Amino acid sequence: MKHVIIGAGPSGVIAAETLRKVDPTSSIIMIGDEPEPPYSRMALPYYLINKIDESGTYLRKDAAHYGNKEIDVIRDRVSKIDTKSKCLSLKNNDKVDYDKLLIATGSHPVSPPIEGIGLPGIHSCWTLEDGRNIVNRAQPGANVILMGAGFIGCIILEALALRKVNLTVIEMGDRMVPRMMDQTAGNLIKDWCKKKGVAVHTSTRVDAIEKGSGDSLKVKLDNGEVLDADLVISATGVAANIQFLEGSGLETDFGVLVNDRLQSNIPDIYAAGDVCQGKDFSTGEYTVQAIQPTAADHGRIAAMNMSGKDTAHQGCVNMNVLDTMGLISSSYGLWMGVDGGESVHLCDNDRYRYISLQFEDDILVGAQALGLTQHVGVLRGLIQTKLKLGKWKNHLLKDPTRIMEAYLANTQAIGHNAGVI
Amino acid sequence: MLRSLQIEPEKCTGCLQCEMACSYQAEGVFNPSKSRIKIFSFHEEGRFVPYTCTQCTEAWCMHACPVEAIVLNEATGAKEVIDDICVGCKVCTIACPFGTVNYNQDAGTVYKCDLCGGDPECAKACPTQAITYVDSDHGGLERMRAHAAQNLPQDSAQT
Ligand SMILES: Cc1cc2nc3c(=O)[nH]c(=O)nc-3n(C[C@H](O)[C@H](O)[C@H](O)COP(=O)(O)OP(=O)(O)OC[C@H]3O[C@@H](n4cnc5c(N)ncnc54)[C@H](O)[C@@H]3O)c2cc1C
Repeated sequence: MKHVIIGAGPSGVIAAETLRKVDPTSSIIMIGDEPEPPYSRMALPYYLINKIDESGTYLRKDAAHYGNKEIDVIRDRVSKIDTKSKCLSLKNNDKVDYDKLLIATGSHPVSPPIEGIGLPGIHSCWTLEDGRNIVNRAQPGANVILMGAGFIGCIILEALALRKVNLTVIEMGDRMVPRMMDQTAGNLIKDWCKKKGVAVHTSTRVDAIEKGSGDSLKVKLDNGEVLDADLVISATGVAANIQFLEGSGLETDFGVLVNDRLQSNIPDIYAAGDVCQGKDFSTGEYTVQAIQPTAADHGRIAAMNMSGKDTAHQGCVNMNVLDTMGLISSSYGLWMGVDGGESVHLCDNDRYRYISLQFEDDILVGAQALGLTQHVGVLRGLIQTKLKLGKWKNHLLKDPTRIMEAYLANTQAIGHNAGVI
Repeated sequence: MLRSLQIEPEKCTGCLQCEMACSYQAEGVFNPSKSRIKIFSFHEEGRFVPYTCTQCTEAWCMHACPVEAIVLNEATGAKEVIDDICVGCKVCTIACPFGTVNYNQDAGTVYKCDLCGGDPECAKACPTQAITYVDSDHGGLERMRAHAAQNLPQDSAQT
């Protein structure tokens, strides 16, 4: 059996390793178009602050790892898939044929349609190459404008602040991380940033960017303000890398469309990670989540199915954790709540603490937290096991911080479970 | 034969000796808030439940790590955090469905139970044998794990 994987990010690498484990005699080829060894985009913020060097971002630290596992890594770009002859064309004109194919090509940052967006000094923060460019320009005291305060924007925000630049954040939405946190939490994060000396403009957009004096830029806002910038970072959203699939016969929407085996409309072709429109645990709908844990889960489950070990995908719980200059936030599943559901919110504005839980009947379906660093994962456990909370739902409505107790009371040998009471 | 921590909450008196011993072993201080094992109190029932990582085979934390900072110790079966490699992204803390990987804001890294390399201090410190270190095929332990993991997707490739 010859397995070919397009894309050498976390999803591709985990798929390759899983295939090696469950299909030991197969041949495995992984094709990635970036020049570095497979690395993790998630580690880029820590590269920006010198916590790690480039090699610290590598997914596997041992250079011989792929060789030892007989995973053949090709550095090239796949330009076309011929699904009839089961053959890929690479940019250097080589051909690679496959028995089973995994598309794990990730996503790319989308540039907003702004005049001057192509000028030098405007970068995304998506690749190691971007990281190097940002490090060059984001020197202490430099004027840096960050466009977009979504999840990725907020992650970079912390790194930039730590580089001691003069940072201004521009977000179109009415709050920070609008797709991860509610109004209360989003505004607390904004207050926190302001308190830490970062200028944050929400409900504001960049209209145009022009060349300023020397290497600098002039950034025009829709409120008439004009800001000087040595560096503009664009973090205004991403889109799946599906362009090269055009004409291949593969069905796509926001990403590659798959079933609950992560299999596309063409039976020998699977998709995983940011490029895959996979099942969402909470809604049962097929969406692009574009997060690391989902990329890892997809890679593993797609590989199982490629090797003939039929494995259903229950769907991934959408979840994020974010550190905004020391304020840690997390969100899970249907954090915005469900129709007919019940919810509880506990907020301590002065201490920047917040927790909100969303229930459907006596089951937790979503959650958000600010300032919670202990046992936060149990929120995933409660959601994904659909644990019936029974009387503990009422306890949580009174004190939502007792999530761990709610979990233990319903799973461990205490109380009724131990036959004690 | 791998060994595991077996926890029998009905024997726990809530004395916190395990938390003290753990924090001292792991961080050099007697400070329950730094402990990898935690005692949860159920005042209504007058009960206490010690809880820590079960070193589950699915190893959600290890698979979610983007930089290979959580590794399997083949000798003990523990999933161990390598501090020098951990970047502090916290994805493991939200991925662990048991809530047993935590973030240390001062250190900028995450921490979890590592079975003290095969000689867990909590078990030695427990005066009532509510925490014992036993052979992993012990039946009660498997039941405890199975119960805790009910409904989580079982996927044989996750070890
Ligand atoms: C700065 C930053 C911070 C992030 N932080 C977090 C976080 O805290 N938590 C979280 O959950 N997620 C985070 N993410 C998102 C996370 O990195 C992605 O979800 C993850 O990388 C997806 O993995 P993947 O393997 O699907 O895709 P990728 O990592 O994008 O890998 C895909 C690879 O395929 C290559 N490729 C594309 N097309 C082709 C082709 N035609 N031929 C050959 N190769 C191709 C790409 O160049 C790339 O190398 C962050 C992302 C960034 C940029």
